[in-house]
Amino acid sequence: MEITALQLFWYVLLGVLLAGYAILDGFDLGVGILHPLARDDRERRVMMNSIGPLWDGNEVWLVVFGGALFAAFPKAYAASFSGLYLAFMLLLFCLIFRGVSMEFRSKRPEKLWRRLWDAAFFVSSTLATFLFGVAVGNSMHGLPLAADGDFADSVRLVQMLHPFPVCVGLFAVTAFAMHGAIYLNLKTEGELHRRVRRWMWASFFCFLAMYMVVTAYAVFTIPRATASFRHYPWAWVIVALNILAIANIPRSLYLGRPLRAFLTSACVIAAFTFLFGLALFPNLIVSSISPDHDLSIPKAASTEKTLGIMAIIAAMGIPFVLAYTAVIYWVFRGKVVLHEDSY
Amino acid sequence: MNVETLSRIQFAMTIMFHYLFPPLSIGLGVLMVFMEGTYLRTGDRQYHAMTKFWSRIFAANFAMGVATGIVMEFQFGTNWANYARYVGDVFGSALAAEGIFAFFLESGFLAVLVFGWDRVSPKMHFFATCMVSLGSIFSAIWIIVANSWMQTPAGHMIDPVQNRAVITDFWALVFNPSSMIRLFHTLMAAFILGSFFVMSITAFYVLRNRHLDFAKKSFTIALVFGTICSLVMMFSGDLQAREVGFHQPVKLAAFEGVFKTEPGPTGMYLFGWPNTTNETVAGLKVPYLLTFLMYRDFKTPISGLDRFQPEDRPPVKIPFLTYHLMIGLGGFFVAVTLLASFLLWRGTLFQTRWLMWVFVFAVLGAYAANQAGWVSAEVGRQPFVVYPKVVQRADGNFDMIGGMRTVDGLSNRKVVVADQVLASIVLFTLVYVLLFAVFVFVLNTKIQHGPDEPKQPAPEGGTGRGGGTGFLDAAATLVDRQGQTLASNENENRTEGSH
Ligand code: HDD
Ligand code: HEM
Ligand code: HEM
Repeated sequence: MEITALQLFWYVLLGVLLAGYAILDGFDLGVGILHPLARDDRERRVMMNSIGPLWDGNEVWLVVFGGALFAAFPKAYAASFSGLYLAFMLLLFCLIFRGVSMEFRSKRPEKLWRRLWDAAFFVSSTLATFLFGVAVGNSMHGLPLAADGDFADSVRLVQMLHPFPVCVGLFAVTAFAMHGAIYLNLKTEGELHRRVRRWMWASFFCFLAMYMVVTAYAVFTIPRATASFRHYPWAWVIVALNILAIANIPRSLYLGRPLRAFLTSACVIAAFTFLFGLALFPNLIVSSISPDHDLSIPKAASTEKTLGIMAIIAAMGIPFVLAYTAVIYWVFRGKVVLHEDSY
Repeated sequence: MNVETLSRIQFAMTIMFHYLFPPLSIGLGVLMVFMEGTYLRTGDRQYHAMTKFWSRIFAANFAMGVATGIVMEFQFGTNWANYARYVGDVFGSALAAEGIFAFFLESGFLAVLVFGWDRVSPKMHFFATCMVSLGSIFSAIWIIVANSWMQTPAGHMIDPVQNRAVITDFWALVFNPSSMIRLFHTLMAAFILGSFFVMSITAFYVLRNRHLDFAKKSFTIALVFGTICSLVMMFSGDLQAREVGFHQPVKLAAFEGVFKTEPGPTGMYLFGWPNTTNETVAGLKVPYLLTFLMYRDFKTPISGLDRFQPEDRPPVKIPFLTYHLMIGLGGFFVAVTLLASFLLWRGTLFQTRWLMWVFVFAVLGAYAANQAGWVSAEVGRQPFVVYPKVVQRADGNFDMIGGMRTVDGLSNRKVVVADQVLASIVLFTLVYVLLFAVFVFVLNTKIQHGPDEPKQPAPEGGTGRGGGTGFLDAAATLVDRQGQTLASNENENRTEGSH
């Protein structure tokens, strides 16, 4: 089956949504991962409030990704969500706890209360990030997709924890921690800011180390990861740009250009999402059982008519979304100042 | 228990929990638009404090709505994979539209509404409040469209090869026979909930003699709105019930407990208790009423359950009871709001302590009515998840053609097994009970804390700082925020932990 233009458009748009989610929610998940490093209540509040007005909007990217996957490729949505049942449930609990821990934490003065929500915030952010990484790792690896379009049997959580996905999961944690630290660097002042700079460097080197591990692992054990470069040699450009971007992070930090460092780390995340999409292309889910069972774009897609209608909806909606996302980031720019409306 | 029962329990539990929060967001959002609009118009700082107080409650409620909403969106894939495959082509576009049009709008401007008080000009803030309210209404629109399509499908055909519904006419899908009627009804229900919520808390303040000016003003706004919506609800409910009668006659029969078709006009139970084994209802029946409400005459009989194949009939007890509960509560809302409006006009409302106590608790009724309405609508739709075509034969009996049965919508049994679903139900129960307790606790803290008394008197010229419009003002406000940093830090130290 040929891939139509609309199908390709939606495949790419899903990638964009995923990249948008990873970049935006990436930094607030990262803040959650770094949260235990704060020393006192004030610092913890500063960290939470640095993402306070933004995290919900960031999470909507995931919601819209889910909705768009459902609408554009219902078979991929159905097979992966039901197949990875428990993993998704765990992810849901993480997302629930993350949201409410920020909302509730500072509402009561008791120490125990705040400690518990702090812990919930840290654990759920870290675990959610790790699970995203594991999911990406497993999709690269291939999932047990059978001939009927469903998984061959239910995938237990431990079955998902092959070494490669675990590495990708850890990689995701370091990447988001770095991204979050670079973000905090923009938002904090004084003593906390000095320490944030240390976290930033530390997380950058962890990220670099994991990057090398994952890349080597993928190149040597996952043929799919490199196969697409043979069909699309221009994709090497992305790889090159990605490496340059990674190198640009310490450079911008060193030169004292925090905003540029943040934008660069956003580009790095976008590049990884792109490479992931390219490795799967032209499939949404690849089967570890037999290539015949791969769920390709045409096999999984909705009708042209639906894709067309949704393209119109997207074309109407996305300019607005971008416009007010920009307005809101503008309104809440600058260092965090705690006041009576803060968390 | 089998996967089907478990998945249904899980769906019912998670959606009912989710649906505790959106109607309050929708209803309170509109009221906040009124309040802040009044502030901008009159410059009365009391309305400023009022909007601020309700926006804090709104934010806590909203966070719960978001946390539970994500569960809903994923659940179609996890537990109802075959359903997702079947409807993805039609249902998906509504969900995608909801995300793009509604959730971004809501969550973005909510940030300005909650955290932006001293970052943007009052007019910009008011604009944000309007957008949040509009966003919550948009999410209702799209999800109701999706739900209504499942109840009264239109604008699609069945692709026999892939066995799935595919879209043929987008607008026919959006304006399917029940969507607008149902949307109207749901929005009214949310508005009623919002008003009763505000009236409940402020009636409590009145009884405790606290924040009196704030409480009376809030109560009055909510009462006017609540009265109008309760009255409109009677009209809307009638539309709703007739729509069900025409498109899902077997559901209406279950609502009203019509087990057997009678030869003449059918009466209606004001209240009752259905006995499903010997197919009778014990209760108070008004003759002719149902026929009159349905057909506006006194002779046409209402089709009973006996005109449908046994395997096409929904359960009766739950729809009957929840439906009657909803209607009874609807009558109660009309009665109390009219009485309160009358007393308000007489000027004795806030001295009528017993009525204030009624209002303190009436909000529970509004929650119950919202839940009951949905439970009746969804259980009455069983055993179908996507409703079939209903055709009446010459002999008066009905055939149900097509559609999708709930059992067929489940995920593949070899993939999602009963103990997984059971495990997630147990976890959801724990998490939701915990969350709910925390939510109520936090809500209570906020209510006990009460609104901040308005600080300065209204500056001349009305609208407080920066009466102008747009970004220049926002920028100006930002500049003078820098000057305030110190002051607000002190403020912060003082209030640390108090909210
Ligand atoms: C404050 C809440 C509230 C109140 C007072 C009422 N309703 Fe309602 N009703 C709802 C809240 C609700 C709801 C929860 O919002 C439902 C569920 C599905 C829907 O569209 O709205 C609903 C559904 C619903 C249905 C089922 C629709 C379906 O199955 O497709 C009918 C027939 C009615 N209502 C009729 C009435 C009547 C005759 C009322 C008398 C005054 C009434 N409702 C008051
Ligand atoms: C508008 C959005 C909604 C959609 C798309 C929707 C869809 C569904 C679906 C797919 C099921 C599972 C299949 C089934 O059991 O039939 C279901 C069942 C159910 N829903 Fe809804 N629903 C919506 C709103 C609600 C709300 C707001 C409530 C209650 C507050 C509700 C109450 C229930 C209940 C109680 C069941 C279980 C019925 C049973 O299994 O007997 N639904 N709904
Ligand atoms: C089963 C169907 C449903 C699904 C899949 C669903 C999905 C969601 C999701 C994903 C969110 C979070 C959005 C965010 O992150 O900002 C959400 C929140 C919300 N939903 Fe639902 N929902 C369903 C039922 C309903 C119903 C029946 C209504 C109202 C009539 C509704 C109205 C809202 C509103 C207003 C919000 C914003 C949060 C809030 O106000 O509490 N939803 N929903």
